[in-house]
Amino acid sequence: MSETNQRVLVVDDENSIRRYLRAALSAQGFTVYEAASGEETLKAVLSNRPDIIILDLGLPDFDGIEVTRRLREWSQTPIIILSVREAENDKIAALDAGADDYLTKPFGTGELMARMRVAMRRLVSNSDEPILQVDNLKMDLSRRVVTVNNNPISLTPTEYEILRLLLQNAGKVLTHRQLLRQVWGTAYESEMHILRVNISNLRRKIEPDPARPHYLVTEPGVGYRLRTED
Amino acid sequence: MEHRPNPDELLKHLQPEENKRGRLKIFLGYAAGVGKTFAMLEAAHQRREQGVDVVIGYIETHKRAETEELVEGLEVLPRKKVEYHNVALPEMDVDAVLKRRSQLVLVDEFAHTNAPRSRHPKRYQDVEEILDAGIDVYTTLNIQHLESMNDIVAQVTGVIVRETVPDRLLDEASEIEVIDLPPDELLTRLQEGKVYIPEQAARAIHEFFRKGNLTALREMSLRRAAEHIDDQMRSYMQTRAIPGPWPAAERLLACISPSPLSERLIRSTRRLADELKAEWLVVYVETPQLAAMPPEKRERVARMLRQAEELGAHTQVLGSSGSVTASAQTILEFARKNNISKIVVGKPLRPHWQEVIRGSMVDMLVRMSGNIDVYVIASSDQPSMPPEENPLKIHSPWPRYLGSIVLVAVATGLGFLIGGRIAPTNLVMLYLLTVVVAAIYLGRGPAVLASLLGVLAFDFLFVQPYFTFAVSDTQYIITFIALFLVGIVISQLTARAREQADAAHQREAETAELYDLSRDLSVAGEMDAVLQVLIQHVEDTFKRDTVVLLPENDHLVIRMVSTNLKLDEDELAVADWVYRHGDPAGRHTNTLPAAQLRHLPLKTARGIVGVLGVQGPESSRPDLTPQQRRLMETFASQAALAIERVQLDEQARQAQLLQATERLQTALLNSISHDLRTPLVSITGALTSLDEQSDSLNEDYRKSLIVTAREEADRLNRLVGNLLSMTRIESGAIKLNIEPGDIQDVIGTALDQLGKRIAHRKVEVNVPDNFPLVPMDFTLMVQVLVNVVDNAVKYSPEYCKIEISAELENDQVRLIIADRGEGIPPEDLERVFDKFYRVQRPDSVSGTGLGLSISKGIVEAHAGSIHARRRDGGGTLIVIELPVKERV
Repeated sequence: MSETNQRVLVVDDENSIRRYLRAALSAQGFTVYEAASGEETLKAVLSNRPDIIILDLGLPDFDGIEVTRRLREWSQTPIIILSVREAENDKIAALDAGADDYLTKPFGTGELMARMRVAMRRLVSNSDEPILQVDNLKMDLSRRVVTVNNNPISLTPTEYEILRLLLQNAGKVLTHRQLLRQVWGTAYESEMHILRVNISNLRRKIEPDPARPHYLVTEPGVGYRLRTED
Repeated sequence: MEHRPNPDELLKHLQPEENKRGRLKIFLGYAAGVGKTFAMLEAAHQRREQGVDVVIGYIETHKRAETEELVEGLEVLPRKKVEYHNVALPEMDVDAVLKRRSQLVLVDEFAHTNAPRSRHPKRYQDVEEILDAGIDVYTTLNIQHLESMNDIVAQVTGVIVRETVPDRLLDEASEIEVIDLPPDELLTRLQEGKVYIPEQAARAIHEFFRKGNLTALREMSLRRAAEHIDDQMRSYMQTRAIPGPWPAAERLLACISPSPLSERLIRSTRRLADELKAEWLVVYVETPQLAAMPPEKRERVARMLRQAEELGAHTQVLGSSGSVTASAQTILEFARKNNISKIVVGKPLRPHWQEVIRGSMVDMLVRMSGNIDVYVIASSDQPSMPPEENPLKIHSPWPRYLGSIVLVAVATGLGFLIGGRIAPTNLVMLYLLTVVVAAIYLGRGPAVLASLLGVLAFDFLFVQPYFTFAVSDTQYIITFIALFLVGIVISQLTARAREQADAAHQREAETAELYDLSRDLSVAGEMDAVLQVLIQHVEDTFKRDTVVLLPENDHLVIRMVSTNLKLDEDELAVADWVYRHGDPAGRHTNTLPAAQLRHLPLKTARGIVGVLGVQGPESSRPDLTPQQRRLMETFASQAALAIERVQLDEQARQAQLLQATERLQTALLNSISHDLRTPLVSITGALTSLDEQSDSLNEDYRKSLIVTAREEADRLNRLVGNLLSMTRIESGAIKLNIEPGDIQDVIGTALDQLGKRIAHRKVEVNVPDNFPLVPMDFTLMVQVLVNVVDNAVKYSPEYCKIEISAELENDQVRLIIADRGEGIPPEDLERVFDKFYRVQRPDSVSGTGLGLSISKGIVEAHAGSIHARRRDGGGTLIVIELPVKERV
């Protein structure tokens, strides 16, 4: 799938990374804009109105989390953050501040495209869609029925909620906190064990091999993601 | 600990520098009554008029009106009453003087001996303390109280003065004022009753106050004062580099014996040295005979040597075999080696006939001295000193003489038994035997007695006419004389041989002690052992408590000490001084003699490695003989060598360790460098090929290049990650984010991350249902599993299954990763978790071997454990245990 005439803003203080992203994204038909600092980003978003923003967390002037927060004050443009392996807390903070997804450096072009697609699709398909499907997993929202390979699965209300959230955000990462808050409420924001137990149970119910999950993927230290094919 | 007194300050306190010290002015007279006290008081009044703050510390007016008049007007500090045997003796109150802190204080009678239990035994020591406090002192002194003058005065006046003052005090005085009065006038004053004479000494004083005596004394005091001025002039000239008539560098050597005459000899030599401005040395030649002297006599010799040192000589004890010739040779050898220009000896004491037989020391010296002058000091008219003990007498003589008598009796008895059958001449041999036996076992005297008795007995009993002392056959006279003479000679020879044997024995004992010490030191491997050996030997040999101090950060600390020995701050300061100056100090030395211990520097060629402190003797016991002191110094140098050796050993070991560490580090760096660069080879190669050869490459090759580059990039990424993790673990920067985690999730995520690496492998996961959540840092535990499984993949063939299981036991969760690979050799099961394990066993397997080490670090940070075991049937089990209860 190629997105033509979509505009992307690439933000990274490293010239080499911007060069690579420009090449890769141009090849996919994007119009690429660049920025190298937080200030520039805010200006560029206003003037270029990109459809998606690729944002590095390690910016020189103010960090990516702050940029995300500011952007989210007035913009709903999808943001994918780039960060290093160890900076989990930063990733969570950025996601909680409103970023849509993240990529750990170094990443492959395929991964990048997949995340971008997912992030932008959300915009498109935010409408009321009663049936959510990924692979062999189908959820009928109107009838509240979940099937795997057309076999109905019996879920607790909590499990249903979790699955629904993940399916509606298929392909995108949801932080623990986001899940907990949306399923249980703000008071349960840090009750990790509840979430884990539920995920574990969910896996046992819907995964062909619970030990090697196909659908419900753990993003270590960050949250969970429902894996989509692309 | 830090307010230990600065050792140099302490030294200043005991031997103060010139500019801080008070100035001492001595009013010197040649007899009582010349007017010293009067002059001192006059001078004091003058100073007072000049505005100087003057007080009287101690004045003795002897109730003379004119003197008492002068006292008025000056502040007198009250005397201190010192209690002694229920009598209150008035003495100077030193504390009051120090507290009063006047600029000048008058202290009469410099040579006075204080009452027992006073602060110092002598008043001049009190004065020294006052001078140290920066207060000037005026004092009075008669010439006969000077130590070096003592014997001359005695000679001249016949009166021995007991209260003496060391010469150095006169030398160090700032000013000497001679109070001179012509002897006639003094005698007139005596007659007028104006001179104080203590009742007891009335008669002696009259002896004393003869005109001849007074004139001689007057001359002595004037001369001495002149010498003092001369000294001052010389140093003045020297400091201003004014050329002057400097005398040639003479060097004197005095040879002393145990005779008390030697004390005189020492003083005379000192005076001579002063006059000639020469250095002087004192030697004592110890023959085996002298070595066998009773301890009091040896103590006297030691005391004389110390006194000589105090007077400014270098002293040495020399050994000789015993004969006069040998002793003379020893002295001359020493003299030549030390550039002696003049030898000073005392006139011989022995009767002439002894000298004929044994040889005269003076004679020998004179004969063999070559171009060294020999001065012989006279000894006539010895003052009334205790007579010298007959050196032939040996302690507890009576049993030995009795022994001789018994022996002779036994010989006689034997004689009777066999007398009939043997000629009398042969019987003589029995008596000869007796003499020999007596000489060997009983000593000279008894042997001579045996000789005499033998002759008499022989005459009486075995020579006709029997039972008389008469002799019928005059030939027996020869026999008698011969027997007697032979007896004497043999007794001398045997006795000398015995004494030599004893001396050799003594030397051997010393050498044996040294050998023991050396041997024990060489065996001691560590510092503590060395010090223990040293202290033990010093305690055993000298029976004294000991301490060894070694430097630590340029600071001396006590490393080892005898039990019951406590050191206070002052002792430590003395030790510190010794360490810095490299000279002995403390008890019985010239430096800081008030210390409790004698401190010796432990010196080697490289420098001073420490300090040895030996406690001084208890009050009643004698100090060490010079020989013992030499032995102790030898002990010290042996110990210093051993200490240095241990220190050098340690340094060598450190150097070796450093070398080994550096080698390992180099190997590691090389390995990491290799591992980091290798992937880049393929990546660079692939990219450059794709760039430059794109036309000539077919699709498959292109694909292959790209895949290779991609894989290698992943590998490089992992290596970098590993190195970072390792660094974090090492520096303790690992922060665990503990949350309840799902084991199955961990495994699943890890396998997911392994991705391609386990794509072709069968992995079986076995986690029981309803397995509890385990507190852990999820991300880090995923890393652990990734590393462990990766390891299993590397070391097992492709067709082998890898099994991962989890079980719960008590409070532990056990994760087991099992493979059917080649297994790990038993001796390496532990080492496999070492950093860079593969570096030590270079295999064909790639990678730097950090994975398991990182896993271990993370697991242990969880308060868990990780072990490798051999699997039954081949392969390896990696077992990870984590606590279920959350432990911080």
